[in-house]
Amino acid sequence: MTLPLATLLPVILSAFLASMVELTEAFTVVLAVGVACGWRPALLGTVGGFVILALLVAILGPLLELVPLALLEFVIGVLLVLFGLRWLRKAILRAAGLLALHDERVAFAHETAALTRRSHGGRVAISGGLTAFNAVLLEGLEVVFIVIAVGAGRGMLPYAALGAGVAAALVLVAGAVLARPLSRVPENALKFVVGLMLTAFGIFWTGEGLGVVWPDDNLSLLGILVLFAALSAGAVRWLRPHRRAQLKVVK
Amino acid sequence: MKADVTRALQEVRHLFVDDGSLAAFAIVLIAFVGGGIKLLGLPPLWGGGLLVVGLAGILVESLQRASKAGKKR
Repeated sequence: MTLPLATLLPVILSAFLASMVELTEAFTVVLAVGVACGWRPALLGTVGGFVILALLVAILGPLLELVPLALLEFVIGVLLVLFGLRWLRKAILRAAGLLALHDERVAFAHETAALTRRSHGGRVAISGGLTAFNAVLLEGLEVVFIVIAVGAGRGMLPYAALGAGVAAALVLVAGAVLARPLSRVPENALKFVVGLMLTAFGIFWTGEGLGVVWPDDNLSLLGILVLFAALSAGAVRWLRPHRRAQLKVVK
Repeated sequence: MKADVTRALQEVRHLFVDDGSLAAFAIVLIAFVGGGIKLLGLPPLWGGGLLVVGLAGILVESLQRASKAGKKR
């Protein structure tokens, strides 16, 4: 079965952009572990995280094929609504200045300082390895969820995985070449776009799971996306005057 | 190590829920729309429209609350 580009593109793009954001964040932590605790625990933690993620995908992938499509769309749709609205809310608050923008250089400095503080004593390697493992596992979990959510059920899992794989390769190559936090990746803007896409996918699939027959699939999805984009842009303008003088640094 | 595990569990919870009220309202709306379509014969397209408008409203309400909480601090 050949799927039209208009159907494939949003799936590949959302998996790519979301993975770019999550893997950039994971890379920053692994880099901090490498600098503060040494490269051996950083690499061991990273490999450990990837092994658990691979096991999860290997187990979940075949299991999902057994779930009826309508039920799968509904469950994934609801989770995507929650996930997408969470990203979108945070992105709007950041764009409006109510939350501090995420900065990889700040995150790197913060993580390195925390690891250095904890590194007094003989547990440097264990602590560093666990930190790298946690970062890869947790950020990777979000990637796995997004890839499965946008790709499962309609035979688009390989395309979503392709988007995530390209993002992973880009982050790895850029990270290896630059050997410093990838602060030039426009994470906050990417999160805004991904939040919009995931929310639109979530609403669309939740509706389908409930029996809604959307008029012209792709056009309806685009319509929901445009509506939420307009709403978000309006919300940013409306919230800007409420900006606090002291920004709260998050994550 | 305990702190790492606690942090990991918190991160997993925060994967889907940042603002508890937003998540709860969204689930209630989805249940309401689902019940309307399956049990009360609400036309599915109307249900879809209700879902879009309702979730947009829930997001705006959550943002309004966040801005008020910001002003109080």
